[in-house]
Amino acid sequence: MKTELKERRHIISILMENEAGALSRIAGLFSARGYNIESLTVAPTEDLTLSRMTVVTRGSAEIIEQITKQLNKLVDVIKLVDLTEGPHIEREMLMIKVKTSSNDSREEVTRLVDIFRGRIIDVTSTSYTIELTGAGDKLDAFISAFEKTPILETVRSGVSGISRGAKNLHI
Amino acid sequence: MKLKGAEILTHFLADEGVEFLFGYPGGAVLHIYDAIDQQDRVKHILVRHEQAATHAADGYARSTGKPGVVLVTSGPGATNAVTGIATAYMDSIPMVVITGQVPTHLIGNDAFQEVDSVGITRPVVKHNFLVKDVKDLALTLKKAFYVATTGRPGPVVVDIPKDVTANVADYVYPEKIEMRSYNPVVKAHSGQIKKAVKLMAASTRPIIYAGGGVILDNSSKELIKLAHKVNAPVTNTSMGLGGFPASDKQNVGMLGMHGTYEANMTISNCDLIIAIGARFDDRVTGNIEKFAPKAKIIHVDIDPSSIAKNVKVDVPIVGSVGSVIKALLKEIKEGGFKQDKAALKEWWKQVDEWREKECLKYKTNGDIIKPQYALEVLHKITKGDAYVTSDVGQHQMWAAQYYGFEKPRRWINSGGLGTMGFGLPAAMGVQLAYPKAQVACVTGEGSIQMNIQELSTCLQYNLPIKIICLNNGYLGMVRQWQEFFYEERYSSSYMESLPDFVKLAEAYGHVGMQVTKAGDVEGALKEAFSLKDRLVFVDILTDPKENVYPMVPNNAGLDEMILV
Ligand SMILES: Cc1cc2nc3c(=O)[nH]c(=O)nc-3n(C[C@H](O)[C@H](O)[C@H](O)COP(=O)(O)OP(=O)(O)OC[C@H]3O[C@@H](n4cnc5c(N)ncnc54)[C@H](O)[C@@H]3O)c2cc1C
Ligand SMILES: Cc1ncc(C[n+]2csc(CCOP(=O)(O)OP(=O)(O)O)c2C)c(N)n1
Repeated sequence: MKTELKERRHIISILMENEAGALSRIAGLFSARGYNIESLTVAPTEDLTLSRMTVVTRGSAEIIEQITKQLNKLVDVIKLVDLTEGPHIEREMLMIKVKTSSNDSREEVTRLVDIFRGRIIDVTSTSYTIELTGAGDKLDAFISAFEKTPILETVRSGVSGISRGAKNLHI
Repeated sequence: MKLKGAEILTHFLADEGVEFLFGYPGGAVLHIYDAIDQQDRVKHILVRHEQAATHAADGYARSTGKPGVVLVTSGPGATNAVTGIATAYMDSIPMVVITGQVPTHLIGNDAFQEVDSVGITRPVVKHNFLVKDVKDLALTLKKAFYVATTGRPGPVVVDIPKDVTANVADYVYPEKIEMRSYNPVVKAHSGQIKKAVKLMAASTRPIIYAGGGVILDNSSKELIKLAHKVNAPVTNTSMGLGGFPASDKQNVGMLGMHGTYEANMTISNCDLIIAIGARFDDRVTGNIEKFAPKAKIIHVDIDPSSIAKNVKVDVPIVGSVGSVIKALLKEIKEGGFKQDKAALKEWWKQVDEWREKECLKYKTNGDIIKPQYALEVLHKITKGDAYVTSDVGQHQMWAAQYYGFEKPRRWINSGGLGTMGFGLPAAMGVQLAYPKAQVACVTGEGSIQMNIQELSTCLQYNLPIKIICLNNGYLGMVRQWQEFFYEERYSSSYMESLPDFVKLAEAYGHVGMQVTKAGDVEGALKEAFSLKDRLVFVDILTDPKENVYPMVPNNAGLDEMILV
């Protein structure tokens, strides 16, 4: 068999029963079959019996086909969509705490936050904490922009995604 | 009706039509055992090891098509059952396993005999449940049976904490169940059927490759019709044996690592594979890069994830074997199906030439008992109509090659997991399902010692199984690999200090026989099968150096077999 080896990044969005253990079934599937997970987010939807999960993974077309089939096979999974197959929006949230011990550094940070359209959400005499939402590469760029300012801590939410336009993932 | 959880369970099982519950008691399931004692609709079979409970339920399921049901206690009871659950999972066997659990308030506390059964079994079940409230018990059990038996079947575990079995709730048997997240596809897409029939008509060198899915779907009749209509050679996987009669002249035998020369050559040279309920396992394809290089592939399977997993498929058809074959036959009838008869005739001529190799011929040697011969005699004595269970090793492959299965559900073996210790308990499940039938357990002196304790269960329930132990004094399959690929360094493959199996059988209250000469095999087996109400352990001392041929070495193509 000739295999398509080119690996691409995919965002798979999953609607599933909001049951104890559902998350471990999905995480277990990825580790047991050796699929990689770049990020995974999950939370209940407006209907509390349902959870929505977003998994970012990487693989050749064949692997991604197997991943979606194996996910669909899980009894708790109701529906899923590979968002990367169509127009979609992806967002991730970053919180970053940086050291701001001088006026200069405070100014520098404020300027960066403006450029990237983030928000300062906590201030102390020695640090600023900033919130920024956007696609992953924007968050990457923001983080690497802190050349002189020491980063104390970062936390990222992992990717959430939704398709554009009329296409919906619901039951 | 208000009932305790334990009674809800027994009532439910009876209402669901469960005949046998294979189990072993312990603290967490004592309420359930008490409830079992108060009723007589479900018969409990007390095994001697929880692994055997799962294999017995599995043998019952494979031979009847009905789900096998198991009850074990928490902790070690559950962990002992894991091998049997995994065995059923790999071969897609419907099974419901009820595990006791520590009381809900102790879960997570490292309580006495607590293990996370749902966590431990998760990778080897189709689904599992933890029941936290007695009010959910009946419906959860219904879901478990529904999931285990529909779509691609498989084992389902229901973990029930002890307090849930004591608490009281209303019980009504749930007749129906719907699950929004679980809707297995049965009927195929009509566009795919048309495409498939086009390919079938255009093919001049077709082969039908039929697997366990045919048997699981009870669709062997449909397969025979299709094969005769298309006039293609048919090969079975080891899981599919009996799905197409061994004696049909279109049958080219099993394919794969120990497949026949003709089956492996036919599939290697065909231009179309019609795969039906088979999953292109690596034991079947050999080196995947060299597998059937000129073939287009139609793949019929109820599980989309089986399709295009190992090979590229030209026409995937998701659906049950029976419904798809019916649709194919209808399209053949109505769509104007014309084959190139002359080309097909050429193809058959080629297949017949491959058959002339007579790859299953073996050399006899005076008094020495050839295992192949013993199996041919077994076929003769049982008129090819026995249920044959097997363990794992050379004897398993010889049984697959030499018994010649005419009907589905007669060949009961662990294919996917290859679990030694499967044979005897599986035979118990079969014999319970068919008390009058001839049941033979073909085994080796290695395998039979894993679960030999079940000889005691067989006595308690009067199970007149015939154990055919092909005793070569070696872990033969391991020895064969060491001979071929490790320059005859037989590391730990010699079975030393073997027990006297005749005395052992007698100690358990059964009949034991030993056969040492080829000339005595037939008489011994005749006698064994004439003892209709006794378990007979026939210890047959076979040629210690015999190998299973043909053999496709690891990483070789199917057409690169080692022959005798
Ligand atoms: C020592 C040893 C040696 C072995 N050597 C060989 C060998 O030489 N040759 C060989 O063939 N095997 C061999 N095996 C067995 C092998 O490991 C596999 O178990 C076997 O090949 C799988 O058979 P299968 O493809 O029919 O799949 P099964 O495991 O039987 O799977 C059935 C398939 O059918 C599908 N299905 C289920 N229900 C339905 C339905 N209702 N409708 C449609 N589809 C359905 C399932 O989704 C699945 O894809 C060996 C095993 C051992 C232990
Ligand atoms: C539980 C388990 N352990 C180990 C193996 C590996 N294994 C496969 S075949 C085999 C030898 C079986 O020996 P025996 O039962 O005597 O049968 P023979 O091959 O001699 O016919 C072994 C050890 C296995 N399949 N299952």
